[in-house]
Amino acid sequence: MDTVLRSRSRTVVIGPEHPFCIIGERINPTGRKAFQGQLQAGDLSQVETDVAQQVGTADMLDVNVGDPLADEVGLMAKAIPMLQELTDLPICIDSSIVEALEAGLSAYEGKALVNSVTAEDERLEAILPLVARHGAAVIGLANGDTIEIEPEARLEMAKKIVSAAGDYGIKPEDVVIDPLAMPVGAEPRAVTSFLETVRLIREQLGVNTTCGASNTSFGLPGRHTLGAAFLSVAQSHGLTSAIMDARAPECVDAVRAGDFLLGRDEWGARWIAKYRAEKAAAAS
Amino acid sequence: MTHEEILQGLYDHTLVGHAPEVKDLVNQGLADNLDPEKMLYDALIPSLEEVGARFERGDFFVPEMLIAARAMQGALDILRPLLAETGAKPVGTYVMGTVKGDVHDIGKNLVNIMLEGAGFTVYDLGVNVAPEKFVEQVQEHEPDIVGFSAFLTTTMPMFKANINALEKAGIRDHVIVMVGGAPVTQEYADAVGADGYAADASTAVRLAKDLIERKRSAVPA
Repeated sequence: MDTVLRSRSRTVVIGPEHPFCIIGERINPTGRKAFQGQLQAGDLSQVETDVAQQVGTADMLDVNVGDPLADEVGLMAKAIPMLQELTDLPICIDSSIVEALEAGLSAYEGKALVNSVTAEDERLEAILPLVARHGAAVIGLANGDTIEIEPEARLEMAKKIVSAAGDYGIKPEDVVIDPLAMPVGAEPRAVTSFLETVRLIREQLGVNTTCGASNTSFGLPGRHTLGAAFLSVAQSHGLTSAIMDARAPECVDAVRAGDFLLGRDEWGARWIAKYRAEKAAAAS
Repeated sequence: MTHEEILQGLYDHTLVGHAPEVKDLVNQGLADNLDPEKMLYDALIPSLEEVGARFERGDFFVPEMLIAARAMQGALDILRPLLAETGAKPVGTYVMGTVKGDVHDIGKNLVNIMLEGAGFTVYDLGVNVAPEKFVEQVQEHEPDIVGFSAFLTTTMPMFKANINALEKAGIRDHVIVMVGGAPVTQEYADAVGADGYAADASTAVRLAKDLIERKRSAVPA
């Protein structure tokens, strides 16, 4: 099953037969004090740097301008056209405020990915109509009013989301399930449970999957190394995309190596081209 | 083993999260008439304080903090009834919950376990806790502190709603309000009128103790 996302001029496909889709996570004020202050002042200039740091490696960019002391709806309405001037990468519009998602979708030219809906009834009822109306795709977090650790419980949440999306005319290929990547430092079963959930979703629903990959390494040393290993095992279990640190070479390389090893980069053409480009860049 | 050796053993094993050894040493201490309060205040609490200090310095990481706090909890399970008999007061009491509309609990649970490890009595209300529920539980338990956790920018405004509910019930001044969660900042905590904010579990415990200390010294008992 292929999920197709578009900007004005570029198409990206998320799917099991395609290279893994790297969604750059950087445009997000969480933990970035200076960026929070700028957003509160209505200043989006930082976005330009964030885009520049991700365009060489990311296939899509996530954009989150959420700060409770800022006008998130207004910022999202401004950020989307600005981003579409800066890059032709398709955008993942990320907010927990429905109005901000709506502002982003209205401003976006192309087919966006909406981040995100949960299996909670009121979220489904508020967000799915928007996704349908704008012909977008949506990420569904596999949690309801609790976050369950058991893969079967998460699968049920995923089924509920895909089914509810269908009620609004959103096809399964336009639903990307997030099986929930949690910190392994706080829950030893976090990753094994995640992997099992990915497998169940792949086998029983066949839809694409994504996750916030950096969550896994929260509170631990060697975050990029752990992130890279996580992405490799997740990819081999069937994960087809991730919202991740596109600025960390370890993580990006792990994913691109995985593409080659898992048969999604025939003859390693992309892998070799990447090596050649890096060599040329180093020489110049 | 001398009492000194038992206390040193409790400190050392708690520090590295060896739960079975800590439990054995507590039982050994009790069999040997070692004062439960001494074990708590001269070994276990200082050990967890050192864990917190190392975490804040970046020398310790989340799993190490968790297993140390769990080892400490194992000891407390044995000691708590005995401490209650002697009339020893907890370091403080804390009512904690994730705000309404929010189901994230990893960070909250980390703070809870560190608070318990530091000798606090914690009433955990779980996730998706409505303002009325916070009010009711604060009235029931009369804690030193009530803590609100939020992981989403959309649910952070519930801090203010909760504080308003406490004001409306006439108990805002009876309790210290602390807030936290990944997207929360000091600035936001100040804006909603919270008394304290901490960025991680260890700092939260230190701040909780400070705030209680300040409140107790400000109000003569």
